[in-house]
Amino acid sequence: MTNTITIDGKAVPFEEGQTIMEAATAAGVYIPHLCHHPDYTPYGSCKLCTVKVNGRVCSACTFPAAEGQDVLNNTKDLNDDRKLITQMLFVEGNHFCPSCEKTGNCQLQAVAYHLNMLDDHFPLFYPHRKVDASHPDVMIDHNRCIFCTLCVRASQQHDGKDVFAISGRGINKHLIVNAESGLLKDTDIEATDRAAHVCPTGAILIKRTGYQVPIGQRIYDHHEIDEVSLLTEQQHGE
Amino acid sequence: MANKIRIATTSLAGCFGCHMSFLDLDERLLQLAELVEFDRSPITDIEHCTNCDIGLIEGGVCNSENVHTLREFRLNCKILVAVGACAINGGLPAMRNFIPLEECLSEAYLDGIGVENPQIPSDIELPLLLDKVRPIHEVVKIDYYLPGCPPSADVFWKFLTDLQEGREPELDYGLVHYD
Repeated sequence: MTNTITIDGKAVPFEEGQTIMEAATAAGVYIPHLCHHPDYTPYGSCKLCTVKVNGRVCSACTFPAAEGQDVLNNTKDLNDDRKLITQMLFVEGNHFCPSCEKTGNCQLQAVAYHLNMLDDHFPLFYPHRKVDASHPDVMIDHNRCIFCTLCVRASQQHDGKDVFAISGRGINKHLIVNAESGLLKDTDIEATDRAAHVCPTGAILIKRTGYQVPIGQRIYDHHEIDEVSLLTEQQHGE
Repeated sequence: MANKIRIATTSLAGCFGCHMSFLDLDERLLQLAELVEFDRSPITDIEHCTNCDIGLIEGGVCNSENVHTLREFRLNCKILVAVGACAINGGLPAMRNFIPLEECLSEAYLDGIGVENPQIPSDIELPLLLDKVRPIHEVVKIDYYLPGCPPSADVFWKFLTDLQEGREPELDYGLVHYD
């Protein structure tokens, strides 16, 4: 058979140019991820999609599928690593789910639920981060940003704007907006932009829409992210 | 039953919501009473731990007394459990971590709206506040975590019955919530 890889022993067909993530999604195989979105250029920052390709550790969202690849995905070792990565994401920011509007609809939380993450493992950073509520319709809560750049890519690649960017390195990395004042109100973002809706966490929220769906009746309260992700991302395919 | 499981519970920097959720076991409390007995706990008013099988800790660590209590539990409990969001990540009380302690005290006791006879409490009996609220796993070793704000009664039930029946406690998807 040509153009086939195996993922956890299952034969998965791929087309030339597809990444392992794209081939897996098309075949109904869920690989955990946060910074990947089928509509935008792969970025490979969150590392949740870490898989083993012929024994070598790779990011499934950026690694091209190629004949003869034997991919390990849903293994205890990889899921343990993914849980540690998720715990690092939690302690690096300020993720207080009970007081976050995104709870139940949050992909960070959903991935953590999926990996059965019960604790944060690491000491918490409690970094001092700001909220930008200057814009009339959209707000940024930097406490919850995981630097996935989905807003950056959605703004550039879908909205035809350039509202967001990541600045700084390491622990000083932060989301910035394209305005001299540094405030969202001085950018050309609108509440209808894809960039305002693509955030996997509660870092970018639309104002005056909070708590319209009660906690307990939200997506991941009842559906696991593997199921939701495959359903929505297969529809995005070409 | 000859040897009942001995459980101690406490609320540190918490709201007692996790204890209230525990009481949501409702009629299952009668079944539980056959299996367990309570040591130090708001349920018994026993002031200090003796040897216990399980210690359930609600809330994070916000003052010196919390640290002493937590260490007492660790010394006396074979299995120590972080119960709820505040014990696990500091929770709501940890949101003061972004404001200097002096400003918190000034707002609450000196400058806040409606404050009468402004003074910062300084009685020697009062435990000193820590600079930051911390989760309990940063102070002592924790054996198990029950997430939720609060964890539902079903979470307590699953955890305690798993342990009682000799199984490694596991919470499946429906029992894991952070909110």
